[in-house]
Amino acid sequence: MDSTMVMALAPETLARWQFGITTVYHFLFVPLTISLAAVTAILETAWVRTGKEHYLRATKFWGKLFLINIAMGVVTGIVQEFQFGMNWSDYSRFVGDIFGAPLAFEALIAFFFESTFIGLWIFGWDKLPKKLHCATIWMVSIGTILSAYFIMAANSFMQHPVGYRIVERDGVKRAELTDFVAVLTQETVLVNFWHVISASILVGGAFLTGIAIFHLRKKQHIRTMRMSLRLGLVTAMVGTLLTVVSADTLGKVMYEQQPMKMSAAEALWDNEKPAPFSLFAYGDVSKGHNTVAIEIPGILSFLAKNNFNAEIPGINDINKAEQDSFGPGDYRPNIPTAYWSYRWMIGFGGVSMALCTAGLWLTRRKFWLAPAHRTGEDDVPKLMLTKNKELTPKLGNWWWRLSQWTLIFPLIGISWGWIFTETGRQPWVVYGVLRTRDAVSPGVSQGEVITSLIVFTLIYAILAVIEVKLMVKYVKQGPPELTEADLNPPTKIGGPGSGADSGDASDADRPMAFSY
Amino acid sequence: MELHDVWFVLIAILWIGYFFLEGFDFGIGILTKGLARGRTERRVLINTIGPVWDGNEVWLLSAGGATFAAFPEWYATLFSGFYLPLLIILLCLIVRGVAFEYRAKRPEERWQTNWEHAIFWTSLVPAVLWGVAFGNIVRGVKIDAHKEYVGNFWDLLNPYAILGGLVTLTLFTFHGAVFASLKTVGDVRVRARKAALGLGLVAAAFALGFLIWTQADKGDGSSLVAMIVAVVALVGAIGAIKVGREGWSFALSGITIAAAVAMLFLTMFPNVMPSSLNADWSLTVSNASSSPYTLKIMTWCAAVATPIVLLYQSWTYWVFRKRIGTQHIADAAH
Repeated sequence: MDSTMVMALAPETLARWQFGITTVYHFLFVPLTISLAAVTAILETAWVRTGKEHYLRATKFWGKLFLINIAMGVVTGIVQEFQFGMNWSDYSRFVGDIFGAPLAFEALIAFFFESTFIGLWIFGWDKLPKKLHCATIWMVSIGTILSAYFIMAANSFMQHPVGYRIVERDGVKRAELTDFVAVLTQETVLVNFWHVISASILVGGAFLTGIAIFHLRKKQHIRTMRMSLRLGLVTAMVGTLLTVVSADTLGKVMYEQQPMKMSAAEALWDNEKPAPFSLFAYGDVSKGHNTVAIEIPGILSFLAKNNFNAEIPGINDINKAEQDSFGPGDYRPNIPTAYWSYRWMIGFGGVSMALCTAGLWLTRRKFWLAPAHRTGEDDVPKLMLTKNKELTPKLGNWWWRLSQWTLIFPLIGISWGWIFTETGRQPWVVYGVLRTRDAVSPGVSQGEVITSLIVFTLIYAILAVIEVKLMVKYVKQGPPELTEADLNPPTKIGGPGSGADSGDASDADRPMAFSY
Repeated sequence: MELHDVWFVLIAILWIGYFFLEGFDFGIGILTKGLARGRTERRVLINTIGPVWDGNEVWLLSAGGATFAAFPEWYATLFSGFYLPLLIILLCLIVRGVAFEYRAKRPEERWQTNWEHAIFWTSLVPAVLWGVAFGNIVRGVKIDAHKEYVGNFWDLLNPYAILGGLVTLTLFTFHGAVFASLKTVGDVRVRARKAALGLGLVAAAFALGFLIWTQADKGDGSSLVAMIVAVVALVGAIGAIKVGREGWSFALSGITIAAAVAMLFLTMFPNVMPSSLNADWSLTVSNASSSPYTLKIMTWCAAVATPIVLLYQSWTYWVFRKRIGTQHIADAAH
């Protein structure tokens, strides 16, 4: 075998591919779960408070898509709990004292919450009074957010280890926890958590927007979908604002903590003062410079340090500095991956931000809008540029069409974001403390890793096809017609026919509102 | 009692919770083939665990996460060592979860049948493999001086471990049949009771063999007590289902599982993964555990969270206390 082949089949490479595939895949479902849980909870609350039927129809519709999605999130999450032990046993031994705790907290606090209350929500329509039923989806939503927090705490330790010391036990070194509060509340956690949650909000907003537009363009289910469109656009707007602010803060924090990652993101090879923001670069990694570069001067200095003239360290210089502190070696991540994943993250996120912000304005109901152009609850909104001027049909058509596609853009953006932040930290698995190559399981054979890599990839691919087809089916089907039972939720816990004092026999034999 | 001893007990409790709860889930999944006549009855069975299976499965994730936090070396050796069996279990749990959620989401005959096959096999295979895995843990496996598993896949398929797999398979199926008789009405309930009786006897035969073997090989006074509790409870569970006391039978089959798991943990203590190569290389509560500081934090977390979890999970069972029969299953797919 030649050396590239050996590299490609090295245990470290295989284990990284497996972790990358299973984790990016898992994280396609996570942001959608976080945002759809909250959206469903908001819609059900609106139904409980106002009694308006289109809110219940929307709750059922978005709730169904939420369930199809969370099922995949839950089952792919099981792998996450165990694969550190499977492929990364030396990592687990080295940092388990610290890293295991947030994972255990996540299971004991967040997972139990989510999984128990989701069962109550799915099967509880004819068992719980409506306020209590509504409370269960809020519990699920809280569970999803707590879960994200604990995971971000664990991940932030890998990005920027704090609250630990290195201890030698039985002749083997390991990291031991000294300050759990620091691990849970360091700046890296707070900023990363906000970035993930805000991006998840954007994911949900774009998802609602895209699907609502699908129905509005077909002029069907207008009342529910018009409301969903507005909710989606407002959600996307909130997500956009929070994402931009958190991204800016995170960028500055990362420049403090991992300058290599950020300079790799900009293909900035040598120290520059002021440093430019790169629009396009093509370079030679082995020689350590760009051959083509299109740049905006000063912007990177500003993004990193809030100062258009600040000096920003280059890849080559940081590499030298790291060699001085950690010994000889190459401390550069894969530069093209870092550079392009960073741009895809911003690109996909940015496009959906722009489309949704425009949409929020264009589809407004009353604000700065002549009465003649206001549309009713059962009409598709007009796209109004100014008080009296409608967007031209051609541009309007483009907006409808593009915004329909934006439904998956933020999700793609998030995936690239994860690929960026995780590959950009290499060659470290815990930055400055443990190298990735020292983290793999020494006892697991190449054959075993290849087997699991193939099997997971295959089964995930098959499930992806099944899931997407199911999603499409239920999206096309639209909100369900409401039944008598939907409109008359039970008044006591357990529903009809559950207690000794229950009503007549026909009540006790009534089919379940939902069954598998 | 030091904190790592407390955590040995807590990990045992998490596994007991998991096998108690997902034990009957697996049993129900397995019985969808033998017990149910036709699709509607299959759906009756599946819906007895519909609202709760997901919450039940979290006990496994908690056991995994807590082992990682409290005994990182145990977590690392176990899951890298039992690589392929764990892979199979994970694949089963993935497909099984999706099968429950997606089965009724399309009306096509083939779609529903395929997911029903999936529910059966992905319940049966982990039910066997968990027993095989625990059999091996108790028996001891090839662990070297660096705490690495150095055996191979076939080493895990020894007679003792396979017997362990048969015990979990039959015991979970029995447990599931009792649960089915407790949660259903009509023909299914009658047949579930009958099936439970037969399954109980088969489970008793395997369990008795396995527990006596364990006791003879590794046991001491405390494990003997646990064994006697397990055996008496199992006999009681079979007797109770024979005279139609479904609630009692279920409680007793649960105690059987709890006592059997407790016995396995008691025979190991203070080891968490004995080495069959050299007793000095065994993973123990002290050489596999986290630092006292981490264990203290984890103890607080578990002490606060676990009772609350038990409270709201119990409440869920109370909300869904009504028995289910074929009349409760709506025709239309959702």
